[in-house]
Amino acid sequence: MNVPTMSEMMAQGKQPEVLFWVGCAGSFDDRAKKITKAFVKILNKAQVSFAVLGTEESCTGDPAKRAGNEFLFQMQAMTNIEVLNAYEIKKIVTACPHCFNTLKNEYPKLGGNYEVLHHTELIKSLIDEGKLTIEGGKYKGEKITFHDPCYLGRANDVYEAPRELIKKLEVELVEMKRCKSNGLCCGAGGAQMFKEPEKGTMDINVMRTNDAIKVQPTIIATGCPFCNTMMTDGVKATNKEDSIKVLDIAELIANTDDL
Amino acid sequence: MNYLDNLIFAILLTLGVGFFVKNIKKISRNIRLGKDINRTDNKNARLKNMMMIALGQSKMVKRPIAGILHIVVYIGFIIINIEVIEIIIDGLFGTHRVLRVLGGFYGFLIGAFEILAFLVLVSVSIFWIRRMVLKIPRFWNKEMKGFPKNDALYILYFEMILMSLFLVMNATDVPFQQINSGNPISQFLVPFFENFNVITLFYIERAAWWLHIIGILIFLNYLYYSKHLHILLAFPNTYFANLHPKGQLDNLEAVTNEVKLMMDPTVDPFAAPPEGEENTIPAKFGASDVTDLNWVQLLNAYTCTECGRCTSACPANQTGKELSPRAIMMKTRDRLEEVGANIDKNGKFIADGKELLNDYITPQELWACTTCNACVEECPVSIDPLSIIIDMRRYLVMEQSAAPTELNGMMTNIENNGAPWQYNQMDRLNWKND
Ligand code: SF4
Ligand code: SF4
Repeated sequence: MNVPTMSEMMAQGKQPEVLFWVGCAGSFDDRAKKITKAFVKILNKAQVSFAVLGTEESCTGDPAKRAGNEFLFQMQAMTNIEVLNAYEIKKIVTACPHCFNTLKNEYPKLGGNYEVLHHTELIKSLIDEGKLTIEGGKYKGEKITFHDPCYLGRANDVYEAPRELIKKLEVELVEMKRCKSNGLCCGAGGAQMFKEPEKGTMDINVMRTNDAIKVQPTIIATGCPFCNTMMTDGVKATNKEDSIKVLDIAELIANTDDL
Repeated sequence: MNYLDNLIFAILLTLGVGFFVKNIKKISRNIRLGKDINRTDNKNARLKNMMMIALGQSKMVKRPIAGILHIVVYIGFIIINIEVIEIIIDGLFGTHRVLRVLGGFYGFLIGAFEILAFLVLVSVSIFWIRRMVLKIPRFWNKEMKGFPKNDALYILYFEMILMSLFLVMNATDVPFQQINSGNPISQFLVPFFENFNVITLFYIERAAWWLHIIGILIFLNYLYYSKHLHILLAFPNTYFANLHPKGQLDNLEAVTNEVKLMMDPTVDPFAAPPEGEENTIPAKFGASDVTDLNWVQLLNAYTCTECGRCTSACPANQTGKELSPRAIMMKTRDRLEEVGANIDKNGKFIADGKELLNDYITPQELWACTTCNACVEECPVSIDPLSIIIDMRRYLVMEQSAAPTELNGMMTNIENNGAPWQYNQMDRLNWKND
């Protein structure tokens, strides 16, 4: 696996085409690290010129902002923007919709202007441009449903890129009753990931998993490390671990191509 | 003697319209209590939203049954009100069906009104059944007790009565029935009045006419107290709605200034403030009361139709949490009304020991939100309950340091090591070799 950092690139006098923003979950969470690696494999295979910030990356500030701590958010944002601008970054790709939303929508007013892509959008354009081909076959016969991450879907109206990738896998794509702009949240957003839910009668991730179970998929696909955790826990809570897997789109693509 | 009628009519009309204008001024004053926010950019997109969402009802049909019925009532309401023009002229000048000079077109108009009135009656009855017989859950949440529940029913009864009066008025108008044009529905009511003599019919017709116009004037003035304000406010509300991607929260400018100062090594934090700034009140971060919200958020509160589409889509509400985005809007309006009444009474706002936060909206509600934007997406009149939730969280966290303990932990981690968990920033690339 080839993962150049910006500082290494700079030392060699090179400028990558795109910066891969790994995000906190993608860097530290054991499950999400697998998604990060799957995506890097795809980038390597398609010979994309990219780099990561490595130890120079820091939380975008999204959970702090959604928890109401605008100070901490803006401190994080301005520190990150300083680093990004110093490296003259023009284009960023990330596998986390929360980072995606924050970088894309909330950094510009603070001086950080970049073209920001979700990894499913980049993978799709790699395929469209012929830089990446999907062998297919591996998931033939599987029934896949896609859970829309709120910060990709409703928040930024990206609904089709992930679906088009799934369709390329020669599988059956089944939609949950509530999907796309009507999709139900997994329960993690707005900093809920980092706290116990408020008092209620049920957990949101279980309710969402039940939505998925109703269409009898063999795989629940997501495009967000937090949704992934929530849906994985939901599948466990409903004792469906043996029949339903939860995978990121990047993993599906990387696995199909045996990367 | 004949002029008595016209005089009474003129007085009623003046009172009705006068009170209405007074109430509208009050609403406008209350909305202006909110903070300034610039929503004058991109006029074309705004106009388009208003045309599509308010006039065209494009978001209503997301739920097709309610949506289509609502469109019928809405079109009926607007078009039948053209008839009010005639009523006003007749009332003021003592004429009868003055627009009959339009000839065949008059018959066509009134005929269309009658058909619409009938369709409205049917739709409104179905609405009533949906609420009271089918008991669709979103009409029975806990914030829908008392006035909010009755408010919805009053309006339905009102419409039923107004539409019936219109049809009865036409049915008992003997000369009108004789012309036999423009009475596609009322002709079927004529048999019910067969045994009445002409004089009685005349009085029934007059009574229906008067009750109809009085009813409209009462309705006009009831709006102020009701969720039905949306028939007017949906227009400005959709015009001034947020045009940014839903995921984008505003960046507080007051914070930006302070953070820039903190991060700028050339600034001496202990230096005396520049001339003229010593006495400026430090900005309050976030919102604890309605006057901390911006005027669009307050306009939102007055516009809310209490339809509960937001709440029925809210993941927190569906899983039994305290939070209901509709209740957030209703409570904001209630508190704003209270603040407005306080100002009316005292000439200016006198502290009443209450606030939107805690007295109306509890932290428990605020902390249940996943910021998923389902409520914003659902709202048929472009209300943004989430923005109020975020502003109130901001107050809790930045002014009161009152975040839930786990969130404080998360924030401390971000501050110390640049991630919401306790991992060292220096380990950020370790995944590469795992
Ligand atoms: S954004 Fe918050 S209030 Fe709105 S639907 Fe989602 S969880 Fe409910
Ligand atoms: S905020 Fe919008 S969706 Fe929610 S009750 Fe009010 S009008 Fe209906």
